[in-house]
Amino acid sequence: MTEHIPDTVENAAATPDKDQPFGLLGLKPDEYQQIREILGRRPTSGELAMYSVMWSEHCSYKSSKVHLRQFGQKVTPEMTKNLMVGMGENAGVVDIGEGWAVTFKIESHNHPSYIEPFQGAATGIGGIVRDIISMGARPVAVMDALRFGAIDHPDTSRVVNGVVGGISFYGNCLGLPNIGGETWFDPVYQANPLVNALAVGALRHEDLHLANAKGVGNLVVLFGARTGGDGIGGASILASDTFAEGGPTKRPAVQVGDPFAEKVLIECCLELFAGDCVEGIQDLGAAGISCATSELAANGDGGMFITLDNVLLRDPTLTAEEILISESQERMMAIVRPDKIDAFLAVTTKWDVEASVLGEVTDSGRLIIEWKGQTIVDVDPRTVAIDGPVYNRPMEYPAWLDALQADSPAKFPRSTDGDELKKQFLAVLGSPNEADTDWITNQYDYYVMGNTALHTPDGAGMIRIDEVSGLGVALATDANGRYCQLDPYVGAQLALVESYRNVASCGATPLAVSDCLNFGSPENPEVMWQFARAVEGLADGCLELGIPVTGGNVSFYNQTGDVPIHPTPVVAVMGSIDNVARRLPSGWQDDGENLYLLGVSADELGGSAWAGAVHDHLGGVPPRVDFTAEKELAGLLGAAAHEGIVTCAVDLGTGGFTRAVADGVLRFGVGARVWIDEIVSRDGVDVTAALFSETQARALVSVAREDDVKFRGLCDGRHVPVLRVGVTDKQSGELEIQGQFSIAIDQLSSVHRGTLPAHFGPVVGG
Amino acid sequence: MRVGVITFPGSLDDRDALRAIKLAGGDPVALWHGDPDLHGVDAIVLPGGFSYGDYLRCGAIAAHSPIMSEVVDAANKGMPILGICNGFQTLVEAHLLAGGLIRNDHGTFIRRDQKLRVENIDTVWTSGYTQGQEITIPLKNGEGGFIADDETLKQLEGDGLVAFRYLEVNPNGSLNDIAGIRNARGNVVGLMPHPEHAVEPGFGPDTPAAMSSGTDGLAMFQSVLAATVLS
Repeated sequence: MTEHIPDTVENAAATPDKDQPFGLLGLKPDEYQQIREILGRRPTSGELAMYSVMWSEHCSYKSSKVHLRQFGQKVTPEMTKNLMVGMGENAGVVDIGEGWAVTFKIESHNHPSYIEPFQGAATGIGGIVRDIISMGARPVAVMDALRFGAIDHPDTSRVVNGVVGGISFYGNCLGLPNIGGETWFDPVYQANPLVNALAVGALRHEDLHLANAKGVGNLVVLFGARTGGDGIGGASILASDTFAEGGPTKRPAVQVGDPFAEKVLIECCLELFAGDCVEGIQDLGAAGISCATSELAANGDGGMFITLDNVLLRDPTLTAEEILISESQERMMAIVRPDKIDAFLAVTTKWDVEASVLGEVTDSGRLIIEWKGQTIVDVDPRTVAIDGPVYNRPMEYPAWLDALQADSPAKFPRSTDGDELKKQFLAVLGSPNEADTDWITNQYDYYVMGNTALHTPDGAGMIRIDEVSGLGVALATDANGRYCQLDPYVGAQLALVESYRNVASCGATPLAVSDCLNFGSPENPEVMWQFARAVEGLADGCLELGIPVTGGNVSFYNQTGDVPIHPTPVVAVMGSIDNVARRLPSGWQDDGENLYLLGVSADELGGSAWAGAVHDHLGGVPPRVDFTAEKELAGLLGAAAHEGIVTCAVDLGTGGFTRAVADGVLRFGVGARVWIDEIVSRDGVDVTAALFSETQARALVSVAREDDVKFRGLCDGRHVPVLRVGVTDKQSGELEIQGQFSIAIDQLSSVHRGTLPAHFGPVVGG
Repeated sequence: MRVGVITFPGSLDDRDALRAIKLAGGDPVALWHGDPDLHGVDAIVLPGGFSYGDYLRCGAIAAHSPIMSEVVDAANKGMPILGICNGFQTLVEAHLLAGGLIRNDHGTFIRRDQKLRVENIDTVWTSGYTQGQEITIPLKNGEGGFIADDETLKQLEGDGLVAFRYLEVNPNGSLNDIAGIRNARGNVVGLMPHPEHAVEPGFGPDTPAAMSSGTDGLAMFQSVLAATVLS
């Protein structure tokens, strides 16, 4: 074996004309030229590796930055008053009162999850959890938003089993309750599934930590798993490249996760924080040591000196360049005061976590990395981590969009026949995107930690944060690629209001947003237009609702060949509740309660579950968004939960009234008698629209008879339209839509719960 | 009464077990696997989780932790020991309980609210139940299939050493629907389902009465408190 001699700064200066493979590393010629200008020479091979990963789309946000700025601009002081840390850090941090803060973020791991579904999804959970730890928080829950190809495609089962198995394996082994999420199937995700993982953590205000390297002379410590050859180029090669037919298999670039190592790392970090052993901390994710060193230095005193030989290796044959960009999992980098290093190492030793001091913080303004006594990197860290290229990419209104919007589902016949409506009702409930996801969520532990107040199938997940006061947080994720394909501006807002309504429906007050923006190639002007419109819609919507975006992630290049996925901005809304004992489930449990529909119904079936499930159709325009009505509804639900005068709330989203009433029945298996005539007459819609329209700002609630007067008074006072539409019936064992049809709960359940098992195998005890 | 909960690297439900002991009225004491000292506790819980990442076999490495020789000594002297899930696997690996636990027959991790029958109340961990009582507590495992050779199985059944049996659904292929067992003396009990997740109204399994209101696991921790007070 010949020893790899790394390129040194001295050598680079001496050999300016050396041919460098910047193209293979994903850099464009002008980007390479820019690096030469910054350095005043050609980069060394190590520097080239660093710049190439840090300037990749995945790490630099070079195509999205100009649009994402709106999230910081379209804000009011009122929106940011509870924001302790905003966008740009590992995750946003929100003050929820009583001295508690919550940090949460959603992030994609799409491309690795197609190549190697199990490990790709597992390491997606691992990565987002490390972001949460980096803020000084104890992770308290995870969620996942998943998109797969057609449910009956021969390859879908491989991806579904792998992804769900990976999330189950990693999340369960970490001891984090998985409290919710969503799953969709659509052929547009066939060769490009989406795996978006969310993690939430809780911390006391004083425990907040940031990713910066401050204090000259402080030590830079790498700890956790050893550095190996996995995930080299993972971020840059995978996330910035489209899957081309017949290309070489990319499996080796996917990282491999070890949840046991991560669990130990979590506990170790929390003990380090508690012992005040850490000044600044950063997790190692995409771009590994390159990212951690350059970001920590750039956000701190500006300089850092690193001896790369001190990195503990799993594979001693790794080259310096590989060590710089390895994405080995379960690693963290901390900035530690010299007088604290012994205490630091005592904690890592207790947890059997390996640690090594790589170097120290300087004020030189340079990130200098040495290897075998030679300088192989000498850069201004800001040029690597912050001041990368920014593109204002060309945009173009999609040529096909007008025709798609003109193709309204109004062309389909509307039945008034009870048997036909029943058939459609069941078709919607059994359709893959509306079907029950027990097959997936039964593989997740939601009990661990003992603080889970709500979980799937409730519309939002809820976690108790303070075991004495009962203070808690609720979270929901939503996205609707079908709506977004019809109108990305409105579609993104619809994801936002749906998620907002889910959080409000469980009795919590929405506070903040994290988003994961999944799109096709930014080099496609139509995709770029979709992206810009979605971001604009989301930023405008957040301003209307008065809740800030605290962070998130952009995933481009989600396409196969030339066909991009539907724009899929996943929006996570986090809210707080002063006592989780006041939460509302999304179903009724008691007999003889009144069911009320809040909000009014219009004929809005464009992009609906009905159009998809009954007519296999996507066209027209999505439902309108009414922020004022959403805020009034949320305010009412919060007040009603607080005063304990509603017993459940189910928001109306996809599948409209149909899905809500079925959810309400199936949550606890308690039947209901429901009438829709008054919806028809008051709102001037037909029976089809009353059952299936996806008009927003609506919810179905159950109210005990003794609270009826109080509840109606509350609705009047808050100007929320209310209509009594049914009554719960524990004895009947069925759902009756009066004048139309009845369905036994057993039948409803087997249709709703049978779809996933029919394709992926039985549910245990199901 | 002081009840210790041992944290191994990879323990997950240790804090839940500590909370359960507190809710039952005991004094929870956190014990560390690397510290071979029981700190004067009167009883011990080995919690659920994935100690040492389930490497080698579930519970196999934990069974050789420095604290475990103390636990084995104490168990042999009659100290109440409860192993939950990974803790059950560890007790089996430490030969304090019979049989073995293997991968679920259906091959996947499963989380469900599981109905059990309490088969034996002559132990310090089950005395608070009534003989044959049906309870519902959460189950969550990937390797919960109980196995034993014919002779052991015959002995477990013959000597009344089966503590809990799965009802309605056998969630993992366990022989004879066995969910948990005891030792001959009745001080050591292990089970796959998680009593510590059904101890607090609002955070347990759903019941016909109310959402998340199931507290059928609490009696297990109350049993040991009562037993030790009496002894």
